[in-house]
Amino acid sequence: MRTERKRLLAHFALIVVTLVMLYPLIWMVASSFKPTDEIFSQPGLVPRQFEPSNYAEGWQGVSTAFSIFIENSLFISVAAIVGNVVSCSLAAYAFARLNFIGRRIAYATMLATLMLPTHVTLVPQYILFNKLGWVNTFYPLFVPHFFAVDAFFVLLMVQFIRSLPRELDEAARLDGCSPWKTYRYIVFPLLRPALVTTIIFTFIWTYNDFFKQLIYLNDVQLFTVPLGLRQFLDSTGDSAWGPMLAMSTLALVPPLVLFVTFQRQIVDGVATSGLKG
Amino acid sequence: MSPTIRGGRGRVRYQNGWALAFLAPWLIGFLAFTAGPMLMSLYLAFTDYDLLSAPRWIGGGNFGRMFGDDPLFLQSLKVTAIYVAVGTPLSLCFALAVAVVLNRGLRGLDFYRSAIYLPSLFGGSVAIAVLWRKVFNGDGLVNQILALVGIQGPSWISEPHTALGTLIALEVWQFGAPMVIFLAGLRQIPREFYEAAQVDGASRNRQFWSITMPLLSPILFFNLTLQLIRSFQAFAPAFIISDGSGGPADSTLFYSLYLYQEGFVNFDMGYAAAMAWMLVLLAGAIVAVNFFFSKFWVHYEN
Repeated sequence: MRTERKRLLAHFALIVVTLVMLYPLIWMVASSFKPTDEIFSQPGLVPRQFEPSNYAEGWQGVSTAFSIFIENSLFISVAAIVGNVVSCSLAAYAFARLNFIGRRIAYATMLATLMLPTHVTLVPQYILFNKLGWVNTFYPLFVPHFFAVDAFFVLLMVQFIRSLPRELDEAARLDGCSPWKTYRYIVFPLLRPALVTTIIFTFIWTYNDFFKQLIYLNDVQLFTVPLGLRQFLDSTGDSAWGPMLAMSTLALVPPLVLFVTFQRQIVDGVATSGLKG
Repeated sequence: MSPTIRGGRGRVRYQNGWALAFLAPWLIGFLAFTAGPMLMSLYLAFTDYDLLSAPRWIGGGNFGRMFGDDPLFLQSLKVTAIYVAVGTPLSLCFALAVAVVLNRGLRGLDFYRSAIYLPSLFGGSVAIAVLWRKVFNGDGLVNQILALVGIQGPSWISEPHTALGTLIALEVWQFGAPMVIFLAGLRQIPREFYEAAQVDGASRNRQFWSITMPLLSPILFFNLTLQLIRSFQAFAPAFIISDGSGGPADSTLFYSLYLYQEGFVNFDMGYAAAMAWMLVLLAGAIVAVNFFFSKFWVHYEN
């Protein structure tokens, strides 16, 4: 009896916590269907007057259609994903499986970059990209990913490759496979779970990133979803809550779809590597 | 061609050429986007540079300005310090408490875990910052709920003494990420430890402090380090909530927000570079202190 009551109590507490955690999100979705004046006047969730026009109005955007922002965000995210998958897996294979002079130092250097605040390279990177004429293009937002700058994923893949039996590599080598062939036909396909984690988190981080997009993109036609939302906020002030919340809701859909699809993988990825959403 | 040497356990085959080929992208990236820029920003930190004319060497001028002549710098340091000092322990406490309850083998674990993790996923996105601005607005959700119990709430985001609190709330709202890491750690504690303690008549409280905490301390340390580094770099929410100003009355002028203003609004690149290095030194010092004290409370099994 006592443990049963404790169990119920625990469930009750957890439900309260979950509700508090999710309520702002639910409120946003509900409010995005309300006429603006109703958002202020009542805290209840169900709209008295259902107003899907918020989405139509938001989609048209302030000066540029919201679909352009989504396209731009998707382009940058996909390019960053390709870059990370290729360059990080190549580096990880070398660190995990190849013997070379200076391996320890190179690996330690790679790990050290994990702890570095991004700010320390920000200013000179901007100057570099400015000199290359890349400011106000997408290049600064995805090109570095082709050079394995996300040490987190290199580490993730190194750990994963180390967990694969070495005999596989040995057998391939005895069969006359070069390291390239071993990587391409044996390790890379087996790396799939780690690659999926990399893909998901690269997408979410690139898609949600605001700082770099703010710095590098000036032309509205190049704006991404975060910049588009911000533009919304600036030019319409607080008068157009409905469309603004509608587009904010919409902006959360791609990461949400990924989360629902790959829930277990995401949670396990966070648990084992300390990745952060 | 590849040289081999005889070691204790047979031949070690060196594959320097292959390694160089595989590591080429990383190596170029490291030199071009990390090491090179770091050296460059170290140089720029001692200059006055506006992107247009050549950098002018001013020695320690930027650092002198930070601590002698720039109240906004000190303000941004203070804001970030409060944010880190309040937000980090609060999120870790919530994360640990909920993880411990979730670890009791209740039904619906997957549901709770996912629902509580969800806010961390959206984290620092602009959409959430926009939402937060609405939630804590004068007539936003928080005040609507307070009104139900007869309390007239303040206009949270436009009052200097409550604005930072709303940003800390946003940070704490994302406690799901450390919670998931705690849960993974809790699962690795053998059940037998608790069974043995129960046989000895130890209370739940006692079990928590004598078994759970020591065995979980490496995970706690890991979460603490991660959270500290993350909090030091917070940017988007403060930018959106204050319209990029750090207001009201500089109460949300985060370090990274001020760095952005100096570097990319005022184009004072030398000062921004100096601030970036100061951040590295400060964050590094705090992480080092954290590592130093860890030997007194972090318990490693071996």
